[in-house]
Parts: sequence; structure tokens; C-alpha cells
Amino acid sequence: MLAFILRRILQSLVVMLVVALVSFALFRYVGDPISTMMGQEATIADREALRERLGLNDPFIVQFFDFVSRAVQGDFGISYRLQQPVMELILSRLPATLELALVSGVLAFVFGVGFGVYTALNRRGWLSTTIMSVSLIGVSLPTFLIGVLLIWLFAVELQWLPSFGRGEVVDLGSWWSTGFLTPSGRASLILPAITLGLYQMTLIMRLVRAEMLEVLRTDYIKFARARGLSNRAIHFGHALKNTMVPVITITGLQLGAIIAFAIITETVFQWPGVGALFINSVRFVDVPVMAAYLMLIAVIFVVINLIVDLLYYAVDPRLRVERAGAGH
Amino acid sequence: MTGDKMKEPLLSVRDLVVEFPTRHGTLRALDQVSFDIGPGEVLGMVGESGAGKSLTGAAIIGLLEPPGRIAGGEIRLRGARIDNLSYEQMRRIRGRRIGMVFQDPLTSLNPLYTVAQQLIQTIRTHMDVSEADARKRAVALLDRVGIPAAARRIDDYPHHFSGGMRQRVVIALALAAEPELVIADEPTTALDVSVQAQIIDVLKEICAERGASVMLITHDMGVIAETADRVAVLYAGRVAEIGPVRDVIQHARHPYTAGLMGAIPTLEQTSDRLVQIPGAMPRLNSIPTGCAFNPRCAHVFDHCYRERPVLRQAAPQHEVACWLTEEGGA
Ligand SMILES: Nc1ncnc2c1ncn2[C@@H]1O[C@H](COP(=O)(O)OP(=O)(O)O)[C@@H](O)[C@H]1O
Ligand code: SF4
Ligand SMILES: [Mg+2]
Repeated sequence: MLAFILRRILQSLVVMLVVALVSFALFRYVGDPISTMMGQEATIADREALRERLGLNDPFIVQFFDFVSRAVQGDFGISYRLQQPVMELILSRLPATLELALVSGVLAFVFGVGFGVYTALNRRGWLSTTIMSVSLIGVSLPTFLIGVLLIWLFAVELQWLPSFGRGEVVDLGSWWSTGFLTPSGRASLILPAITLGLYQMTLIMRLVRAEMLEVLRTDYIKFARARGLSNRAIHFGHALKNTMVPVITITGLQLGAIIAFAIITETVFQWPGVGALFINSVRFVDVPVMAAYLMLIAVIFVVINLIVDLLYYAVDPRLRVERAGAGH
Repeated sequence: MTGDKMKEPLLSVRDLVVEFPTRHGTLRALDQVSFDIGPGEVLGMVGESGAGKSLTGAAIIGLLEPPGRIAGGEIRLRGARIDNLSYEQMRRIRGRRIGMVFQDPLTSLNPLYTVAQQLIQTIRTHMDVSEADARKRAVALLDRVGIPAAARRIDDYPHHFSGGMRQRVVIALALAAEPELVIADEPTTALDVSVQAQIIDVLKEICAERGASVMLITHDMGVIAETADRVAVLYAGRVAEIGPVRDVIQHARHPYTAGLMGAIPTLEQTSDRLVQIPGAMPRLNSIPTGCAFNPRCAHVFDHCYRERPVLRQAAPQHEVACWLTEEGGA
């Protein structure tokens, strides 16, 4: 178990190092940081001096090492555009994105698994057919279109829900601001969360359905039926548990994807999260912010992966090889 | 049935027809299958792959996979029909009155639950006992089927057991709620040869102890000879011959059975081995009219092409579906 975790952590570190390299290359070679920082009127001598002072003339390896060691301490430099420490900027935007992703992820998971199980168990019912057809629209429509449609219907026509922003937020501790505690904050979450989670929900639903149908055909389900177990025990115990083994992995990865794809949803709904921050940074070639965002997404993916592996391990006893080896 | 001292059968299958509706017409996989199993009796069921052995078992326990369906005949358990029960009524019979052992112990057990969880759940589904009592029963059962250190091993997952041990667990599960009839569908085919006999012995012993009847599906005539009281030979979804094991083995009346037994006179030297009958069993969509065996039969004559032979008594308790018996025999 410990060896397994250590191995995974080591692999994660390697992944992070590779992403850091890409980030750094972006940081260092996209645009010229000196001209961005000094503007047009600075002299060549001034530029050279700054270049020297920032260590931009050092060998690549030294610069990379420097970049990584500062990144580990959370130092990604100063935003060209906003003249604020990048880390501070990102931290102030992170709660908005994480809360949105969390709600989307939970919605996608709960409805994805629910619909998946329902359509697998009632394969030929009209409701299943309807759900499957609608879900096809869900995967094929682009996210921004879904967002715009939802805004048009629920914000403009019906005027039930706000069309942009986070609503009223409450500060928790020194840097976390939450929208969960106010009615307007919660109302503001609904449309963007649906927009962001719809695609993932469809994906999870189709996966759960396919896996469940597969599991229902297995010998151990036939044997469970032959022992007279109740349908409930068979479907929601034996079958669902086996269905979830592969679903956990995909779902975890989808949560990472949700955070990454939040860029579009945040833009459509003017959601003040890191995705919107990233888009604005791209527009102004604010390279430190872009590099930091890349690293952040990588960290999130790696952490989720790690959690998924551990969950997998907890659910499937066959992976606990050490125990068998110990001769129990 | 004319058997004078035969008690009321535990299971009685009469003219069972199982069909699969397909786009190209209806396939008749079982055609008027009839047989009885007496209380405490072991009925062997043989026939080559695709003969309909597994379907017969599935039809009895009510688990035919759609679109397969019972299209005719009836199945009675202690005189009461069970082929027309609701899903829920049939569910109460499965495991409780009819147990089933499948072929492959590697895939029959849910990999994510311990043996204890699966046994206790099965016991408590059918019997009103506490968790602790169910566990006691489960340990005793595992011990009885020959799992060493059952009290400790019961909390292991299936993948911790070898194939033979897993099949013992499967037998324990099938017998957990003390069924009156156990259908064992090729219970040793997937196992290592060295453990096959042990598994059959365990199954047979426990069922004998409890007075449970067994329907033993296999294509191993050796197992049938040692284990079964009577044997039914299936061919292309029809019963070709049924009778006491000794009778059928020594005096096979149906040419197909004779072929199976390797009792063809010219091949006496190899009479203990299974002799290959030339040709193959017909596919369901091309079963010949008349006797289904006629393309492969060495004794075929014109009547065999015209009319299907029905089961007729050839000797006490010994029935055969062949025109030869009809004309020359009883
Ligand atoms: N779902 C199905 N659709 C069509 N034919 C089937 C289906 N399941 C089984 N059969 C047919 O029923 C026949 C009997 O099958 P089975 O009972 O499994 O044979 P056995 O167990 O004797 O080897 C076979 O010819 C098989 O092709
Ligand atoms: S009925 Fe005719 S074809 Fe069929 S087994 Fe008997 S002799 Fe052969
Ligand atoms: Mg079979």
C-alpha cells in the first residue's frame, strides 16, 4: 500500500516536472518579457541591465531550476497586465472556479450515474429512449451555445435566474470567498454549473449505462439471480458496485476536465474565476499568469489522479495484491 | 410414466418447448423435452455442445435470457406448476427450492464481495435468521464443502481461492438455503482434471445427505456412470433416450447414444473412449424433418425422414425416441 502510494507520488512528480518545463518554455520564449515590462522607450542599455538582473542571460538549466524552485514556493512573478503577484491573483480567483467545478461535478456525477443506471435497467422504456436522445444533443452542442441558450431561456425570457457573475459572496477566512451562503450566490451557480457539467454528465451517463449492461451479463450476476437475491440487491449492490470500478477513473478525470473547461463557461457567464483570468491573460499575452495557470491545472489533474487511484484501490480488492501475497 | 414404485416426482418437465424469436423466423431450441427427477435422485443430462442442456436448466429455474421463452409444455415442482409464475414468485423458489451451480467458478463469484458477504446475503434472503446465525451457518457450510480453515477463510475475497476451492464456494452458495433440487451445469468442465472428481463427490455427498435431487449436466459419461441414477441424452433440443444409467450404458437403444457410449461393435477395443460420430449436430434453423439424427445415423431408413419418433418405452423406465425401437423392440 505504502509502496503503491510512493510510486504514484513519484510518477506525479515527474509529470509535474514536464509541465513545469512547458510552462517555463512558454514563460521564457513566448514574447519578450523585457519589452513587455519596459515599454517601447527604454534604451538598449537599460534593457540589457534588466535582462542581466532578471537572470535572463543565465544558462537554460539555471533559469529552469530557478523557475521551479520559485514555483514550489508559490512565486510565479508579477502579472504584466495587473502588476500584482500572480499567485495572489490566482488565489483570489480560485474559490469561484472551484465552487463552480464542485457543483458541476456533483451534478454530473449524481445525474450521470442515476440516468445511466436507470437507462441500463429499463433499456426499452420510453423514458430511457428520451433520456438517451436528449443526451445525444447534450454531447453534440458546444458548451457556449448551451450557456447562451440557458441564459436566453432562464435569465432573459423567464427571468428566474441571474445571467452573469457570482451574486453576493461571503468571505471565509483570509482568502476564500463563497457563494454558497447567500441566496443570490446559490442562484448564480445554477446556470453555469449546468452548462459546465452537462457534457460530463452525458459522458458519465453513457459510460455507466454501457458498463452496467456489461456487468448485468456477467456470470456472477446470473448466479446471484439463480440464488434468488432481490432485484434491489442485484442491481444496486452487486451490479452497481462493479460498474463503479471503471467509472471512478473516468469520473475523476472528468472533474479535472471540468476545471479546465471552465474557461468557456466562465467567459459566457462572466464568472470571476481563474478560467476568465486566463482568457484575459491570453488576450494581453500576460505570460506569467498563463504559465501559472498551466501549472495549476496540472497540479489539479495530478492530485485528482492520485485520489482516483486510491479510491480504485479501496473499491477493488483484487488490487490489494500484498494481502494475497501475505498468504491470507 | 409407468414406473410402478416411482413416487411423485420432485421435478416434472412435460413437453417443454423453448423458442427464440429472431428476424429470420423462430428458432426452436428445445422441442418437447420431457423427463422427471425423483426425490433424492441424481439425473445426468448428456449431449454434445449446443444440444440444449443449459437451456433446459435455465428454463427450469426461470432464467431464460430474452428473447428466449418457454413456448409450450409445463414444469412442475412437487406437482405445482412453476413455469408460469411471476418474477417475484419464481425468485423465492430460486436458491430456496432450486439451487444452481454454473460452469465457471472463476466468473461465478462477485469479485468485490467477500465469500462471507455473498453467503450471508444468500442465506438471509431466504431464511429469517440473524446476521450472526447466518454467519455460523455459512462457516459450517464452507467447512462441509471442504474449505480448510473455513472460519478464517470466509472473510477472503474470491480471488484468494484456487479454481477448485472457488467451485466449492459456489456449491456452498447454491446449497446455502437448502434447496430440494440442485441443477449443476457442467460444474467441473472449467476445472483442473485433478480436482474434478473431488468436486463431483462433494456435490453428490452433500445432496445425498440432505435428500436433495440433482440434475447433473455434463458431457463426461464417466462422471454420469459413477454419479447418476438415471441419464437423459439430449440431441438437437430433443430427448433421444432416457433411462437408468446402467441400462443406458450397457444397452443403449438409440444410435446416437450408442455412438456416445462408444458401444459400436466394430470398435470394441476403444469402447471406453468417446467415439466420434461422423457429421455435426444440425443448427437450429436446419433441423431435418423426421428424426433430427437422420443425417448422421448409420441405421437410418425411410420412415426416419418422414416422421419424428417420440419417446416410447423400450424397457422398464427406459424410453427411447427412435423408429428402430418402435419396430424391432418393445
Ligand atoms: N440467445 C440465443 N439466441 C438464439 N439461440 C440460442 C440463444 N441461446 C442459446 N441458443 C441456442 O440454443 C441451443 C442450446 O444451447 P445450450 O442449451 O446452451 O446448449 P448446451 O448447454 O447443451 O451446450 C444452441 O443451439 C444455441 O445456439
Ligand atoms: S429414428 Fe431413424 S434416424 Fe433416428 S436414430 Fe432411429 S434409426 Fe436413426
Ligand atoms: Mg451448456
